[in-house]
Amino acid sequence: MPLSLEQVRRIAELARIGISDAEARAVQAQLNNIFELIGQMQKVDTDGIEPMSHAQGLTLRLREDEVKETDQRELYQSVAPTGTVEAGLYLVPKVIE
Amino acid sequence: MLNASLKELSSALARKKISSAELTRLFLDRISKLNGALNAFITIEEEKSLAQARAADQRIAKGGAQPLAGIPVAHKDIFVTKGWLTTCGSKMLSNFVGPYDAHVIGRFNDAGAVILGKTNMDEFAMGSSSETSFYGPVKNPWDEECVPGGSSGGSAAAIAARMAPAATGTDTGGSIRQPAALSGLSGLKPTYGLVSRYGMVAFASSLDQGGPMAKSAEDLAILLNCMAGFDARDSTSIERAAEDYTRDLDQPLAGLRIGVPKEHFGAGLSSDVGKAVEAALAQFEKLGAKRVSINLPNSALSVPAYYVIAPAEASSNLSRFDGVRYGHRAKEYRDLADMYRKTRAEGFGAEVKRRILIGTYVLSHGYYDAYYLKAQKIRRLIADDFLAAFRQCDVIAGPTSPTVAFKIGAKTADPVQMYLNDIYTIPANLAGLPGMSIPCGFGTGNLPVGLHLVGNYFSEAKMLNVAHQYQRATDWHRRVPAGIES
Repeated sequence: MPLSLEQVRRIAELARIGISDAEARAVQAQLNNIFELIGQMQKVDTDGIEPMSHAQGLTLRLREDEVKETDQRELYQSVAPTGTVEAGLYLVPKVIE
Repeated sequence: MLNASLKELSSALARKKISSAELTRLFLDRISKLNGALNAFITIEEEKSLAQARAADQRIAKGGAQPLAGIPVAHKDIFVTKGWLTTCGSKMLSNFVGPYDAHVIGRFNDAGAVILGKTNMDEFAMGSSSETSFYGPVKNPWDEECVPGGSSGGSAAAIAARMAPAATGTDTGGSIRQPAALSGLSGLKPTYGLVSRYGMVAFASSLDQGGPMAKSAEDLAILLNCMAGFDARDSTSIERAAEDYTRDLDQPLAGLRIGVPKEHFGAGLSSDVGKAVEAALAQFEKLGAKRVSINLPNSALSVPAYYVIAPAEASSNLSRFDGVRYGHRAKEYRDLADMYRKTRAEGFGAEVKRRILIGTYVLSHGYYDAYYLKAQKIRRLIADDFLAAFRQCDVIAGPTSPTVAFKIGAKTADPVQMYLNDIYTIPANLAGLPGMSIPCGFGTGNLPVGLHLVGNYFSEAKMLNVAHQYQRATDWHRRVPAGIES
């Protein structure tokens, strides 16, 4: 079932990407073409097939709980968007009144 | 020097025929001369490169330096590089100076190699033409009206135009192999987990793999020796003993079983590419290999499954770009949600947005089973096809890409047409298998054709042997684009 314009807007909102009406209309047609391609998957019977999430079937490694990283706050904050760091904190719009 | 192999460069440096500073200067001058037209590099930092070269010269003078000491290598701008702008081809990271080195960059630094520059690429590695870059499209040195392939197109164009002796790339669905094919180079995507992803800007984490791009298989082996190896900072890095990937280069191919998948020679394969690949298979038979017909019956489903899995993982990975701690932030906004929306609307290009939207949708409530889970089941079928095939053959061969390089702009309006470029390369990513492309002739417009090889897990040394023996018998990999005098 093709995506409606309303669905496209809803997905963009979930992805936190601002989208104009003209952009939504343009991307709607492209997404529907892509989902037609993706829809080819439904032709195959995959009952009983074990999903493959990863190529190597690895389990996550464990490590000793020891300190390895040193504090790099200043280094990392040096690449923050200009004017958005104050007293070692990242500034964002107020979220709690 | 511009056409020299890595072995020749290493020997010239060791015998003081040239210094690393002179060699680096030579390639920097090539870049100043040619990059304006080709747009292969995003960032050049002559002083930084030359300082590294002078340090390498001191190491070489002491004797016993490693094979890559003093050799300039270009790096795809997806590898975070300390003190260097690292953009990933995106406006989102257009102000991002790397605060640390990716594992791969660290390995090259430790080996004494010189960072020659950061190469252009499709934005966040999403593309097959290097046209989606915020920094503009890369031109193919074989025909500047054509794309070099992508997403590692800047690395490909840099080597093809002899602006760099070697380069790094990354491959999520074909992004090393397809540009290698379209630009007349050799490129290797290793087994998933062989090269650490630490510091490699994430696109689709279960598929992304870094690898080398160069003029020959022998060069690839030397580069892979440097890049491969366990790294605890990558949770999917594989712990296994180090190998010397050059060890089997000189083995004869007598008795080698080459599997040829019927599904990769059907409709959609352009006849000029098919002809060159057939000639390469005949050449392998002359070298003593045996041709075995195999089937990869679920191959055609790899593109649909990939365009669920890769965007799903991308939508999650790219959620980190919110304008808070680094990267682009919108100038004006009403509140936090508005800041996110505007930052991401401004920072991402159209193709990246499309893929985030696809991924967001397939992972949204109620659609998981129909899309993501279904795609993972198909991924299993595709991997099982390969396992069955490798019971009949040692290596699989076919075309890397259905066509030679296409004109800039020819496929940008139709994403599905662009996606189908990777139909022969995507299956290896889904299965996690090593794949490579080597030049095997020329097609329409006198543009290069690539031969695609897929091997079993961890069989890189064997694949490099197969490619090297082919390159000893042919000279396609030595051809240089017309007008690129060297």
